[in-house]
Amino acid sequence: MKKVEVRTSLDNGLETLEELKSCVDVKDLNLYYSKDKQALIDVNLKIPEQRVTAFIGPSGCGKSSLLRCFNRMNDLVDDCVIVGRIEIDGEDIYKKAVDVADLRRRVGMVFQKPNPFPKSIYENVAYGLRIQGVNSKRILDDAVEKSLRAAALWDEVKDRLSDSALGLSGGQQQRLVIARTIAVEPEVLLLDEPASALDPISTLKIEELISELKKHYTIVIVTHNMQQAARVSDYTAFMYMGNMVEFDKTDIIFTNPSKKQTEDYITGRYG
Amino acid sequence: MRKNYDKWISSGTPFVWLNAGAVAISILMVAGVLGVLVVKGMANFWPADVLHADYQPPAENGQIIVSKILGESVDSEAVLGSQIISSGIPVSDAQDFYTRQLIKRGNRDVSGADFAWVLSDFIYEASYPQKVVTIERREWGNFYGFLMNLFEDDISLIGSGEATSPQADLWYEFTNRIERAVRIQDDIDKIEKEGIDEVNYDLERLRLLERKFEIDNELDSVKIRSLADERARLDRVYSGLQEELSDLYLEVGRDRAVFLTADGVEKSIQLSDVVRAYRANSLNIFEKLLIYFSKISEFLTDDPREANTEGGIFPAIFGTVMMVLLMSVFVTPFGVVAAVYLREYAKQGTVTNIIRVAVNNLAGVPSIVYGVFGLGFFIYIVGGGIDQFFYSEALPAPTFGTPGLLWASLTLALLTVPVVIVSTEEGLARIPRSVREGSLALGATKFETLWRVVLPMASPAMMTGLILAVARAAGEVAPLMLVGVVKLAPSLPVDGNYPYLHLDQQFMHLGFHIYDVGFQSPNIEAARPLVFATALLLVIVIAVLNVTAVSIRNRLREKFKSLDV
Repeated sequence: MKKVEVRTSLDNGLETLEELKSCVDVKDLNLYYSKDKQALIDVNLKIPEQRVTAFIGPSGCGKSSLLRCFNRMNDLVDDCVIVGRIEIDGEDIYKKAVDVADLRRRVGMVFQKPNPFPKSIYENVAYGLRIQGVNSKRILDDAVEKSLRAAALWDEVKDRLSDSALGLSGGQQQRLVIARTIAVEPEVLLLDEPASALDPISTLKIEELISELKKHYTIVIVTHNMQQAARVSDYTAFMYMGNMVEFDKTDIIFTNPSKKQTEDYITGRYG
Repeated sequence: MRKNYDKWISSGTPFVWLNAGAVAISILMVAGVLGVLVVKGMANFWPADVLHADYQPPAENGQIIVSKILGESVDSEAVLGSQIISSGIPVSDAQDFYTRQLIKRGNRDVSGADFAWVLSDFIYEASYPQKVVTIERREWGNFYGFLMNLFEDDISLIGSGEATSPQADLWYEFTNRIERAVRIQDDIDKIEKEGIDEVNYDLERLRLLERKFEIDNELDSVKIRSLADERARLDRVYSGLQEELSDLYLEVGRDRAVFLTADGVEKSIQLSDVVRAYRANSLNIFEKLLIYFSKISEFLTDDPREANTEGGIFPAIFGTVMMVLLMSVFVTPFGVVAAVYLREYAKQGTVTNIIRVAVNNLAGVPSIVYGVFGLGFFIYIVGGGIDQFFYSEALPAPTFGTPGLLWASLTLALLTVPVVIVSTEEGLARIPRSVREGSLALGATKFETLWRVVLPMASPAMMTGLILAVARAAGEVAPLMLVGVVKLAPSLPVDGNYPYLHLDQQFMHLGFHIYDVGFQSPNIEAARPLVFATALLLVIVIAVLNVTAVSIRNRLREKFKSLDV
């Protein structure tokens, strides 16, 4: 049922990429994990604001590496060298003056495996705000409820907010992580294969959640699952061996790709 | 047959037996240690029956020498006949083995030695007379004898008319008067330990204050007068206490009792010297149990007497626990901080690995080396420096420049810090990367991530380190002998005098107490059971400390249980 709804939104005649205001602007990006291991090669990409953009491609093609450049998560990797520019809202995020912690607050990220903290459900959601120095109970209560509602988890946990988050199911944990991320009101939401460790029902819930969240956030999702990309995204980028092969509206990528490589991957010749 | 054997081998059954056997042997050894300690240590407190007998060993030239035995039989063993002959007692060599008994006959002040070995075969007319009295004294150890007379202010209570059956009433009167004497003695102890100690402490502080003013050239007439006033006040308090004390001494010295020893010597004993007196042979099992537990509680809560061979070991228990707690307070933050730097901030590479190996090896350095270091560095350099700067008024008498509780705790903290570092590092390494990234992705800095997520999750590992550290530190004696432990500490490191916790004081320690009582004591037979009892207590103290730490760790583990679903 939901699937049909998503399909209609896709058929709704989206603007072409050129017409949209871009949010993340990647220019000639190269990423090296070591001297002879280049993960990204001359990537150029404009990610549109308040849309869902999916990165697809075979394992090791660099889609996660690219995603982790957007909130500078790759800084944590020793010997990782990044050449090129990434602008978010027109500002170069690799400038020296950039406060990385603030950047990461603005660019939230949800990981492949649910990673709640060993704290209560409430404290998990309040974590980001407490980091920012918010300690007022009223503000925190409001933010926790709002975020949990936005992550479609409120009804399931409202009676046990003080229970450990580790007692939740995998799908609930992942939605909790999403709630935790949107509690700090980021501009961009990066989802790194958010449903790959979940069962089909939980996956469906996460996908519904994504189409709900895109009203407010720019969402970038990395996925292994092409059907998922087709269901949830407005735009899709296909990557292969560190190169950005093709980037276009999702229905064009899936029905009428301009590159032979893309078509081969979509039709299942490899990957 | 052969095939069956092979099958049996490959089924793993022998391996299971091997494993189970190893466990069984370990358990047996531990149980054996505890068993020996309990049996040898706890038996000492039992009010044993007192044997009265004639002892007539064979002598050279057929002489007949008869001596009386009156005492508790505490041990027995089989000895070769030839060995006895060569020691000068001409027993018959037809018999290979003789049993000999160790008799605790007390009366050290009368007969010289309070233990004697006697050959069981030459004991005649053994009996357990109801009326024999066992007396534990404050000095000279136990006394065994028969109560003959009781004097109040040198006036005999026998024949004063009221007694119809003199012996029974005499005993009744004696126990009553002992109770009174013990009560008064408690009052005396209290005044001496608290009142006089406090006055002395205040006087010493006053002296130091004056000396400080003198050094700083601030001593003017106003200060001199106020100091003199204060000193006069303390002197008045002191003489008041002295007066009270001398009254009490007069009171407590009122009564004395006369006893007859087995050899027929009359011995007069002041009741103020008596700790406890009972007629062991006429006690039933419940009365004996009562005395048994009162002796155990005395052992646990009292100060030692008689060069540590009598009385209690409370100061040693207190000192051990105090030192271990202080050590934990020092070692945990220090080890954790070092581990966090090594694991989280330092660039992982050759240098870090060398440091890590060095830290691991530190755990293997013999403890006496740490003792020498503690003496040289902490006491002479750091302590000496502190004295120069902060306690110059007390010099040349050192305050911190001498072995003490603080330096002992620091030395042991140094000894155990590698253990804490290693286990904390392991704990930090086990925290999943995903959790750290989750925190960083929310805009937390590395420090906030460490402080709010990683360190709480690693806290069970820190506790593991602390448990290992406590287990090692509590049993360590060698370095302590250099940096703070003494045979007999005049006061506890915690008392009612400001600043309440005296880190500069020397203290007693169970481990050192075992060594001292067992090997430095002039009266080895009397001390031996105490060695076992003290060892048992040391094991119990360490076990209690460990169980506490383990239960804290388990609660933390439950709270931060692993994220792997």
